[in-house]
Amino acid sequence: MSTSNEYYIPHKATWPVVGTGGLVMMLAGFANYLNGSSAGTAWMALGLAVFIVMLAGWFTLQAGESESGMYSTQVGISYRMGMMWFIFSEIMFFAVFFGTLWYTRNLSVPWLGGEGTGAATKELLWPSFEAVWPTNGPGKVGGEFEPMGAWGLPFLNTLILLTSGVSCTWAHHGLLAKNRDQLIKGLAATVGLGLLFVALQASEYHEAYTEMGLTLGSGIYGSTFFMLTGFHGFHVCVGAIILSVVLFRSWKGHFQPENHFAFEAAAWYWHFVDVVWLGLFVFVYVI
Amino acid sequence: MSAVVAEHDDHHEHDHGPAKGLLRWVITTNHKDIGTLYLLFALAMFFVGGTMAMIIRAELFEPGMQFVNPQFFNSMTTMHALVMVFGAVMPAFVGLANWMIPMMIGAPDMALPRMNNMSFWLLVAGVLLLASTLFMEGGAPAGGWTLYPPLVLQTGKALPFAIFSVHLLGISSIMGAINIIATIFNMRAPGMTLMKMPMFVWTWLITAFLLIAIMPVFAGAVTMLLTDKFFHTSFFDAAGGGDPVLYQHIFWFFGHPEVYVMILPTFGVASTIIPVFARKPLFGYSSMVYATAAIAFLSFIVWAHHMFTVGMPIAGELYFMYATMLIAIPTGVKVFNWTATMWKGAMTFETPMLFSIAFVVLFTMGGFTGLMMSVAPSDFQYHDTYFIVAHFHYTLVPASVFILMAAGYFWLPKWTGHMYDERIGQLHFWLSVVSVNILFFPQHFLGLAGMPRRIPDYAVQFADWNMISSIGGFIFGASQLLFLYIVIDTIKGGTGEKVTDEVWEDAAKHSLEWTLPSPPPYHTFTTPPTVIPTEHI
Ligand code: HEM
Ligand SMILES: [Cu+2]
Repeated sequence: MSTSNEYYIPHKATWPVVGTGGLVMMLAGFANYLNGSSAGTAWMALGLAVFIVMLAGWFTLQAGESESGMYSTQVGISYRMGMMWFIFSEIMFFAVFFGTLWYTRNLSVPWLGGEGTGAATKELLWPSFEAVWPTNGPGKVGGEFEPMGAWGLPFLNTLILLTSGVSCTWAHHGLLAKNRDQLIKGLAATVGLGLLFVALQASEYHEAYTEMGLTLGSGIYGSTFFMLTGFHGFHVCVGAIILSVVLFRSWKGHFQPENHFAFEAAAWYWHFVDVVWLGLFVFVYVI
Repeated sequence: MSAVVAEHDDHHEHDHGPAKGLLRWVITTNHKDIGTLYLLFALAMFFVGGTMAMIIRAELFEPGMQFVNPQFFNSMTTMHALVMVFGAVMPAFVGLANWMIPMMIGAPDMALPRMNNMSFWLLVAGVLLLASTLFMEGGAPAGGWTLYPPLVLQTGKALPFAIFSVHLLGISSIMGAINIIATIFNMRAPGMTLMKMPMFVWTWLITAFLLIAIMPVFAGAVTMLLTDKFFHTSFFDAAGGGDPVLYQHIFWFFGHPEVYVMILPTFGVASTIIPVFARKPLFGYSSMVYATAAIAFLSFIVWAHHMFTVGMPIAGELYFMYATMLIAIPTGVKVFNWTATMWKGAMTFETPMLFSIAFVVLFTMGGFTGLMMSVAPSDFQYHDTYFIVAHFHYTLVPASVFILMAAGYFWLPKWTGHMYDERIGQLHFWLSVVSVNILFFPQHFLGLAGMPRRIPDYAVQFADWNMISSIGGFIFGASQLLFLYIVIDTIKGGTGEKVTDEVWEDAAKHSLEWTLPSPPPYHTFTTPPTVIPTEHI
């Protein structure tokens, strides 16, 4: 066990370059795919595979080091700071799309409807456009659509995510009380609820596309709706994967009350995803 | 217990040196290695971006079309900016941060060494992806570095590559910034309180915060460009209820703090160099810290001064005008403090100091033109003319770039253990400082007379000043080869003179890196230092 004034400096890291390579293959492949090149998807798949191998390898390495006691308290603080600031960067990323929703609803759509300095725009370009939300704009981009209601599946999903936040905290209490059974059950419930959320979200999307005429192409309403819920759904998936890794490690006997950074990081991330959803539920669905 | 410790130490023993051969640089986690990689990469990109600038100035040497077609010309202005900002200036400062911050705060390395490696390689990947667009059907992006829609959506095959390049560069910057924050908050030697940290460390702490806050915003903006182009969204399309001006708001919410990402570490290096050569403590250390924080805060609430002419409501024009003017206050505090530091100092004028003094004077000029443009009604005349080009080049070239070169001269002896050739250094300085003004000063006149930026051809009344500007540009470009020569020469042995640990007289009183050998061993401060220098405060 290292003492707190000996900082663990790893040497000779191979996973970072592997990860970089995977990421580049994935993105260059995606770009080629978007440009209509047939090789694009293969490169994407290959890049993704490399990236997954990197994640598995890097996490295994870190988990092994952590369990063999190479991380002092100070190293643990660095990791926690890293995770906190990473979540802050994610908050800023979501802020862009919330800001976009705010701007279009409160400024650009009213301007198109003739408010403020928009009078001439309305008269000259789209005299018949009425500024109401939801809208697909004066060009009726994407055709007729039905907006998504709040109190069906979305409300159920809100309850699901909130419950998963509770089960995650319950698991943490189990970990702190050295109650491994509670830890594993709590984590399994959290992952399960997360997956249920994703499944319901998928069925909501399916209904939107097949029955409501609501697509990513449904003007600004469709754009903001799918962009915000889509990126959130993606984050739920990532969170669920991280939690599954933590679940697996708990089952293998990892983590101690005084040494469980990975658990904490996963839990913070999960709560963050939870809070974003509450914002979504209010601003995208209810209001 | 003790057996474990012993085993652990053995393990360290054979793991401690660098790996053999070229692989060392690929898999390194050492802050000095990674700092070197960043600095050399930035230097290379400085010449790549510089070559593009030479193409621009050659085309503008005379009215009429001479060398390149307009499309390629516009690609050059776009790529020059992107390469210089994301490939040269930012990485150079990250390189300095890697090298210097652990040594300045008495830490054994950066807090998260593996991630440090990844952030460098992601940078390389991002820049390569960007550079590859030069060879694509439809050419490299040509709509300006701001990537405004709808124009940028007309880019050919390059568009998704440019967008993903921004994503990679963003991830790289965020990782780098997280690492810097964790290092500064968590790795300081005992006794190194926040208000004893060298100014360079302070400015980077605040810069890192800016980076984490803004890079995701830029990533979000270009992601919406991508979906607008390929997935039928309407974010920036009025027909669908969106607004192209929204892109500008988001971009500049990123873009304005971004220019401070490039200038705050510049301030930090200047505040480090000037006291050493004035042989005095920095005047008003704590006011420097607060001014830096104030500038960073203000940088988030002034973005629309880049958009005075897009048709904002009048309340917006007024608000952004006054808020922008406020920045001049903390910036003025800094300029006065540098001047007061030199006041009655026992000054000597070695190359790093020369570049730093030129920085104080010429950056102030850039600040003043900024203040002129902050006046919204006046900016209607200046906007999108060469006046803007002159403004930001004064804040970036004789400021950020000069200070980067000052930093090179200042720390190369520490890094390599060799002294650079002072005569060539001085020659490089004088050539640079004269030619940079010949290059950029006339652009003020051109702008005021109405010459638009980003055009490959122009009306004949602009001919004279353009020719003078181009001549200055060629001299400036050529002079930088001297810098390249000096860097290589110093690495290979320089003047042959053995440098001391301190290198510069009494430097060790200012900051910890001068208490270490020159060059410092591969690992430094594995046990924390006991004495904390305070002369810089
Ligand atoms: C005293 C502080 C400053 C003020 C008041 C100021 C003000 C302004 C204003 C109002 C503009 C927009 C002009 C227009 O497009 O019409 C502008 C543009 C610009 N400024 Fe500054 N500025 C200041 C300092 C800086 C610094 C320190 C940097 C960089 C290190 C910088 C870099 C830029 C750049 C790159 C642009 C042009 C961006 C573009 O349109 O491509 N400025 N500045
Ligand atoms: Cu600005």
